[in-house]
Order: sequence, then structure tokens, then C-alpha cells
Amino acid sequence: MIHALRKEFLLQWRTRAQLMAVIVFGASALLLFSFAVGPNAQMLRQFSAGFMWLGLLLSSTLTLAESFHAEMENRALEGLMLLPMSPRVIYYGKALANWFQLVLLGCALFPVMVVLYDAGTTDLLRLFLVIALGTAGLSAPGTLYAAMTAQVRSKQTLLPLLLFPLIVPALLASVKATSLIVLGDPMQQLAPWIRLLAAFDAIYWSLCGLLFGRVVEE
Amino acid sequence: MAQPAIDCDKLARRYGRRWALADVTFQLAAGRVMMVAGRNGSGKSTLFRVLSTAIRPDHGAGKVGGYDVVDEREDVRRISALLAHQSYLYESLSAKENLDIVARYLGRDNEAEVLERVGLSARADDPVSTFSAGMRKRLSFARVLLQRPDVVFFDEPYGQLDPEGFRLVDAVVGELKARGATVLIATHQVEHVVGYADCSITLEAGRVVGTEGALL
Repeated sequence: MIHALRKEFLLQWRTRAQLMAVIVFGASALLLFSFAVGPNAQMLRQFSAGFMWLGLLLSSTLTLAESFHAEMENRALEGLMLLPMSPRVIYYGKALANWFQLVLLGCALFPVMVVLYDAGTTDLLRLFLVIALGTAGLSAPGTLYAAMTAQVRSKQTLLPLLLFPLIVPALLASVKATSLIVLGDPMQQLAPWIRLLAAFDAIYWSLCGLLFGRVVEE
Repeated sequence: MAQPAIDCDKLARRYGRRWALADVTFQLAAGRVMMVAGRNGSGKSTLFRVLSTAIRPDHGAGKVGGYDVVDEREDVRRISALLAHQSYLYESLSAKENLDIVARYLGRDNEAEVLERVGLSARADDPVSTFSAGMRKRLSFARVLLQRPDVVFFDEPYGQLDPEGFRLVDAVVGELKARGATVLIATHQVEHVVGYADCSITLEAGRVVGTEGALL
């Protein structure tokens, strides 16, 4: 597993300029959302969590789709699959590396949200926990679907079409939990949402790991 | 009789409605070098991809080193290696990093040695994207050598290589044979390979239409 993760980080490091482009894309999406709402500070603040997660979701499809580009260039993924090891090792290496990249993306988009929507918080630890759990919910199925669509010509269209319906529960929980952190949590609802998010993550990570071999092997 | 290294029993594979392999049946003894001849599209690459477990057969059975290519894929992968048309290399990584990935998965530490063997030591730290087609082929060779396989599938090993590369392939096949490995070579360089191959089969439209030499 460590070898797989090391390989993924090496590939990500060689294409690090791409992460910057994705962060700029996410920040631009947040800016456009603020234009859509107009100069209503109250409303912007109220919808800030939803906007941040939508921006993250849209950016994540770019990152996830691109994560298999290097694997398909010279059929490198097939080369790895022909080595005597479980396909799950390849999957979890890729999914963990994608997760790391999405956490970075989430952490980069949060200050943009604070500036644009005036929606900050001092509870950074819990916000980081929600970003980590929420992006884990994007990364696990996103990596599986990115592998499925990697060889398809219209992968940039197909990936969101397949991914978005599946991650709705995790997205809802992430938005709700972030909103509670930013706007306040007088009814103590945060913990149940975080538990729900963690439960979805556990299901996604275990199921997708099991399915990966069937998806990529003929 | 000892167990054959390769055992194909009515192996068949189709792409869409076209059968790329149809009822391919042969056995090959361990330690032999076999040439697989045939025109473009005759099924050579498909045969190698099925036997190396890159793709599954639609019918029939295949065994490599006694392991079934469908049910015991991981065992087949442990003892065999495929040099395919595609290089299986990461363009953004260096030659050394590409081999390092495979070496770490396999628990090997002889990347420098195999790079030296294929004549790429001086370019070890250069990214693969800067390599010529022949150099990529040499690096793919190094990748195969790193695996220390008992059964090797070379699909067009001489393609894109210069005369020095030809000699390298011949020497590597000789070394593999000397240590008892079974080597299958799909090639259009028939006159060249027939000089050292123990036996050969010829494929046409996915079927075996000719056999020369003792396969067993």
C-alpha cells in the first residue's frame, strides 16, 4: 500500500501545476455563485457552505478524471495489474492520493469562502474534520468511476453524470455539517451529521475497494 | 511427462463479433523458445494478452506454469511477464522511477543492474517523455527483466530497435533460455528468430495453421 501511495504522490508532484489550476477553477466557481446571489450579505452567508461544497464538487471531477490520465497514456495501469498483487492495492493508493488532493483543495477554498461570503469560523479543527470526511466521500466513489470512465472518450461528461447521484447523501451531510459550524449549532446537530458522513465514507471505501478489481479487469 | 509451461485447450477470444482467437490448442514444454508467426491481425497479440491474463478468454482454457489464466491469475502473474506493444511506462517519471515502482511492488532491488543491462544507465534520471521509441522499448525490456519471470511473452521485441538492440534481445533470450525460462516470441522477423527458436506455430485468422519443431 505504501508503495502504491508513494507512486501516486510522485505522479501528483510531477503534475502539481494542475492542482493550482483546479484551485483557481474552484475559487472562480465560488466567485460566480456570489454574483448569482447578488450583494445580499445575509443570503451569501446562509448559502456559503452549499456554495463551497458545490465548488469543491465541480473542481473534484477535474482532479478525479485527470488522476487516471497517466495510467492510460501507455496502458501503465494494465502494466500494474499484470504484477502479482491485489487490484485493491492500486485502488486504495489512488483513492488516498486523490483524497489528499481534495483535502488540500477544500482547505484552499475555505479562505475564499470567508472572503467572498463573510462566512468564517474559529472552530477550524471541526471544519477540517468535515472537509476531510466530506472529501473522503467524494474520493472513494470518484476514483472508482474515474477508473471506469478513463478509457471513454467523453469521460469529462460521463464522470459527473455517474458520480453526482451516488454522492448526494455525503454531499448533503457535508453541506449541513459545514453550515452548522459556520452559522452556529444551537441544537447540537453537528455530531449526528458527522457520524452520518463517517458511515457513508465507511460504506463507500469498503464497497469501492471490493469493486475496483471487477471494474478495471476484463 | 513433466507439466507443460503453456497449455492451451480450444482457447478463444472475440472482440465484438470478430473472433481474434478461435480454438487455439497447443502445449509447450518448459524451457523452450517458441516463435509465434502470423500476419497482422492473425491473433498473436491477443494470444499473449490472454495467456498473460491481461484479458480473459471467451471460451476454452489456458494454463501457464500449471496455473489457470482465469481462476489463478495472481499465480500466473507471479511467474510470467509480458512485453507488450504498449510500453506500460509513466511519461512524467524517469527511467529509474519507472523501474523503482515495479521493483518496490515485487520486493526487488536490482533496478540499476537491469538499466545497465539494457544500456540506459546514462539516461536513468531522464523522464521517459524525452526518450525515443527504441529507448522506451529498451526500458520496457528492463521492466520485464526486473520481474525475473519463468515464462516470458515477447510481443514484437525487435520493433523500433537498432542493430545493437537486436543483439540485446538475442542475448536476453539466450540468458532466459539458459536459466530454464520459457520464451514465446511473436514477431515478423521470422528469418532472424527461426535461427534460435526451438519451435514455432503460425496463426492465421486466430487459428493455429502450422507447427514446426517439437513443442513438447
